[in-house]
Amino acid sequence: MGRRGSWPAAALVVAVALLAGCGGGGGSGTVTLNWWAYNEPSGSFREAADRCTAQSHGRYKIAFNPLGNNADEQRQSLVRRLAAKDASIDLMSMDVIWTAEFAEAGWVKPWPESLARQVRQGTLSGPVETATYQGRLYAAPANSNTQLLWYRKDLVKQPPKTWDELIDTAAKLPKAGRIEIQGAAYEGTTVWFNSLVESAGGTILDGPDRVALQQGPTLKATGIMSKLAHSKAADPSLSTQKEDQNRLAFEQGDAAFQINYPFIYPSAKEGNPAVYKQIGWAPYPSVTAGGPNKAPIGGFNWGVGGYTAHPAEAFAAAMCLRDEENQRGFALKGGLPPTLQSIYDDPKFQAQYPFAKVIRQQLDAPGVRPKTPLYADVSLAIYTTVSPASGIDQGSVYGTLRGRVQDALDSKGLL
Amino acid sequence: VSTNAPPQTGAAVTAPPRGGPRITERARAERRLGWMLCAPAIVVMVAVTAYPILYAIYLSLLRADLRFPGQRQWIGLDNYITVLSSSLWWTDLWHTLLITAISVSIELVLGMLLALVMHRAIFGRGLVRTSSLIPYGIVTVVAAFAWRLAWSGAEGGFVPKVLGFSTDPLTDPFWQYVVVILTEVWKTTPFMALLLLAGLALVPDELNEAAKVDGATAWQRFWRITVPLMRPAILVALLFRTLDAFRIFDSVYIISNNGVNRDIETVSVLGYQTLLNRLNLGLGSAVSVLVFLCVMALAFLFIRLLGTRQPGAAS
Repeated sequence: MGRRGSWPAAALVVAVALLAGCGGGGGSGTVTLNWWAYNEPSGSFREAADRCTAQSHGRYKIAFNPLGNNADEQRQSLVRRLAAKDASIDLMSMDVIWTAEFAEAGWVKPWPESLARQVRQGTLSGPVETATYQGRLYAAPANSNTQLLWYRKDLVKQPPKTWDELIDTAAKLPKAGRIEIQGAAYEGTTVWFNSLVESAGGTILDGPDRVALQQGPTLKATGIMSKLAHSKAADPSLSTQKEDQNRLAFEQGDAAFQINYPFIYPSAKEGNPAVYKQIGWAPYPSVTAGGPNKAPIGGFNWGVGGYTAHPAEAFAAAMCLRDEENQRGFALKGGLPPTLQSIYDDPKFQAQYPFAKVIRQQLDAPGVRPKTPLYADVSLAIYTTVSPASGIDQGSVYGTLRGRVQDALDSKGLL
Repeated sequence: VSTNAPPQTGAAVTAPPRGGPRITERARAERRLGWMLCAPAIVVMVAVTAYPILYAIYLSLLRADLRFPGQRQWIGLDNYITVLSSSLWWTDLWHTLLITAISVSIELVLGMLLALVMHRAIFGRGLVRTSSLIPYGIVTVVAAFAWRLAWSGAEGGFVPKVLGFSTDPLTDPFWQYVVVILTEVWKTTPFMALLLLAGLALVPDELNEAAKVDGATAWQRFWRITVPLMRPAILVALLFRTLDAFRIFDSVYIISNNGVNRDIETVSVLGYQTLLNRLNLGLGSAVSVLVFLCVMALAFLFIRLLGTRQPGAAS
């Protein structure tokens, strides 16, 4: 009974604290920018935020808000807030596949043309394309990513150049001839399928709302996926594997080949130094000998939230967060490939980041995934059709795929 | 044998005598006070439960996609027609019913055994009860991860090695079901056992003793005395668990490697994918409302089938 009086007092204290918190910014003129970003494990994103805060000399302060580990979780967290027009999202790290969706919904601000020109200047063409939707730049490419063919130098003398060569070479190896690749029903399988279709000269979509999926390239792509899944070189867990399970199997010495992103290299150094010493890398395989290899492109672009109250500061901060110094940090600490030409040209960087040259080449003409606001649906339609790859029926898959992708574009039905 | 064993909760707590037709002033004041004390809770319940349910029903009648806020449109029952005419809904419903039926049946048998053990335990009763509750105390996601990591060939689990699998069990639908059902059973049998234990406490020992004197075997006593008297408790336990199991999400989602797994996808996972991945609020809400209706139908069936005669309630 005697403690009754303390409740209103406590509530008042809380209310005052909340109100003070909402005020934000403060009177000193420093704007607090909330940056929602992937919590890059080496901490290089966080460090970039601190560095840019210091360099702004009190113009803005970047508060780092970590997002979940996988792209789906990150998207869910952002979309929930953006759909409610949350003004507290000033800056965000956007996966390359969200550009069209966020742009169409107004969740991200287009870059003013003067700043956009600065961003395009000196940035590799692949990453710029991922941040562009219908001719406008919606985000600034901060890091890129691409898959390479990793192989064991002690088992393979000459790395194969095409998918057929890869599968045949691996199947003939006496032991540990496995190919580690992503095969679970998730985005990673769409990545693989897209690169195969594009390498074979096709595309999945023709513009944001039309199915392309030309018959020849589509069947070539599903044929390769099916051949790999049925070959002796397939991992028995192929239908549940994602990037990290591939990394683990390769690190444990269970495989001769791996199609994966460069993060596996520093990881193997920690995880299994014996395997690490034997790791070689080669360009992503092509579909035909001498033909193009439209390697996957991933990475993060910095976008400015569509409802931010501080767009000018946010654009300035985004420019800073992608400057050369920070991109070097992302690459050397986190293993994430830069998007700036100048970094690749630097001999010192080439020595520190041994696969710089191959990555640089792949990022000039990569296999960019379809640009549509309905990307999540399109991808779902694709990966639920071609995974598990061992279940692909070459006779019917073409029609099924076209029908399902069309349904996805029409927002029709359950997928 | 067990005259001093269980606290006779059932017998001790007798219902307060029903106030007759005459309600005193005092009773009326107490009733009013009761309503006033409940009011805040009711307001909160309406705000956090009734509102979202009604909003979901409303959304399910719209074409509503988070990505195209400008294209919202009233479409009546179209979303329901879409869902109900999709083969995916029916296969996912079948998966859900399969998992529910098998896991709840196993839980009922194991839960009954566990309850009997806890009821009859002479020493270490507290220890037995506490230790059997540990799985129930573990967060479902964590439990599901533990089972996945144990069974996954791709992630170096020990089970495939011990059982001598040449392939990865988690790539085979049959074994995926086994692991999901094992996870469910392992996790929720203690809950079932606790509910049944409360029912066991309601069975008067005198009846069992009398039957024993009359020469009934333990098996006959269990089926003729214990089970009929426990009927309400069994009904409640089955109802709770079935409704819970029907909405299964966590373990299926985790054992499918946080992705889509069409062989084992359940209706809740389908709703989640449609709502949170595709951002299709109309279609996703229709799935959610249908899940809700299924749960209501199950509850109704249970009460009609098992609840009409309640011999236990008579005592």
